[in-house]
Amino acid sequence: MVNLKRMFRTGFLSFMRSGIVSLSSVLVMTITLSVLGGVLFFEHVLETTLVNIENKVDVSVYFVPGADEPTILSLQTQVNALPEVASTTYVTEKDALADFRERHANDQTTLQALDELDQNPIGGLLEIKAKDISQYESISKFFEDTSTLGVGTSSIIDHVDYNKNKAEIDTVNSILKKGRSLGFILMLVLIFLSVIITFNTVRLAIYFAREEISVMRLVGASRAHVQGPFIVEGMLYGVVATVLSLLLFLPVTYWFGVHMTDFFQGINLFTYYLTHIYEFIIILLVFGVGVGMLSSFLAARKYLRV
Amino acid sequence: MIYFNGVKKQYPKSTMALEDITLSINSGEFVSIVGHSGAGKTTLIKLILAEEAPTEGTVFFESLDVNRLKNRQLTELRRRIGTVFQDFKLLGNKTAYENISFAMEASGKSDEEIAADVPHVLDLVGLLDKREHFPGQLSGGEKQRLAIARAIINQPEVIIADEPTGNLDPINTHEIVQILKKINDLGTTIILTTHNRSVIDSIGKRVITLEKGKVIRDDKDGKYMM
Repeated sequence: MVNLKRMFRTGFLSFMRSGIVSLSSVLVMTITLSVLGGVLFFEHVLETTLVNIENKVDVSVYFVPGADEPTILSLQTQVNALPEVASTTYVTEKDALADFRERHANDQTTLQALDELDQNPIGGLLEIKAKDISQYESISKFFEDTSTLGVGTSSIIDHVDYNKNKAEIDTVNSILKKGRSLGFILMLVLIFLSVIITFNTVRLAIYFAREEISVMRLVGASRAHVQGPFIVEGMLYGVVATVLSLLLFLPVTYWFGVHMTDFFQGINLFTYYLTHIYEFIIILLVFGVGVGMLSSFLAARKYLRV
Repeated sequence: MIYFNGVKKQYPKSTMALEDITLSINSGEFVSIVGHSGAGKTTLIKLILAEEAPTEGTVFFESLDVNRLKNRQLTELRRRIGTVFQDFKLLGNKTAYENISFAMEASGKSDEEIAADVPHVLDLVGLLDKREHFPGQLSGGEKQRLAIARAIINQPEVIIADEPTGNLDPINTHEIVQILKKINDLGTTIILTTHNRSVIDSIGKRVITLEKGKVIRDDKDGKYMM
């Protein structure tokens, strides 16, 4: 306990007295943590954008006009029970007609033609959302396989639009996969580079103290006694750099929130930052303190062999 | 107490630093090791502290072969030896007080012991009023007195002083030698390396003369003869 207290006191004093060395280490680590934070924001923007794209994809089953509604509802229950299905929305014939009229509000010719008909020519439809974009194909197959549908059920289906949209769905699926992979690789590369830069900065800071390390060993200090305060210093680099990074994100995300929300299709980074502030604190702190301590530990160990 | 047995030290791609050194240093002795620069004085010291390993032969501290010690044993051995260097080797970002307390902390002394002993030893070397000064704020003589204070704080059995007066003026040199003699009078073994004739002549104790890595003279009541 006494040793731990001394280790923290010595590490803290050394951090405060090392001036320019501590400052440069903290600044480099602040850049590292800012890159990490930037990666987290990028991931959020990318993921939200990809989810938005994903949500725009669905499969619609169009029913023939006048199809029996209880049969449709029974089909909806069957579809809901499929493991691939996330949700379904039934649009009645009446709603589909209203929707059609709304979309063609400026097309008087079409509306007049519609009015002249005795009955509603537009059938209802079932909009289906899959849990994963790759599952639309198997859902559409459910409708192709009439044996799985109840008697008379297949006759009420006019068409399923999966095949029509297949190319678009495949393209979106490919974009999503590549986008996520690219984001992940970019994140790993940036984090790796940041860790290397931070590690070398801390190593340089300890290099300046190599003479002192050998003196400490010669006056009879154990390895742990010498190494401990350096590890505390590394930890302090992480803590101070985390605080600086968190403060830096406030004006930066505020600016993005005010000026870039429309560009990011409604994603407000400032709001996201404030609502996820605890996650940011934990991730940056664990990363900063971890890298700082590990770098100090490894760098000091090199000069302990006296 | 300290035994060199057929010790040879050769650095890679370099000349022989020490050759066929066999000597012993007894407890309580004041031994001066003299010789020109490059004679092997500092190498001899480094072998005692196990900073370097001999190419051949063995170095014993009492019954311990210093080059066969495990890390923990080596740390414990070094706590039994106080060291003073020509370039002081003080910890630059610690105050005078902290430089000394560090050595006590390293040997596991309590806060109470540190608070009691450090001011006492600072007073002994005349630096009590400079306890909060950093080494950079001290003169050469003050730095060396601080280094001696650090070396004696744990009451070691041996003090090794490697050219401690090399960077000092005659007045400070005299002061340092007087302090070392006092420490020796209290029973601590002193091993002093120097090439300062007046220092050796003023001590009047055992002198080992090295030349080109070999012991060429070992006089009990020696004078500087080169």
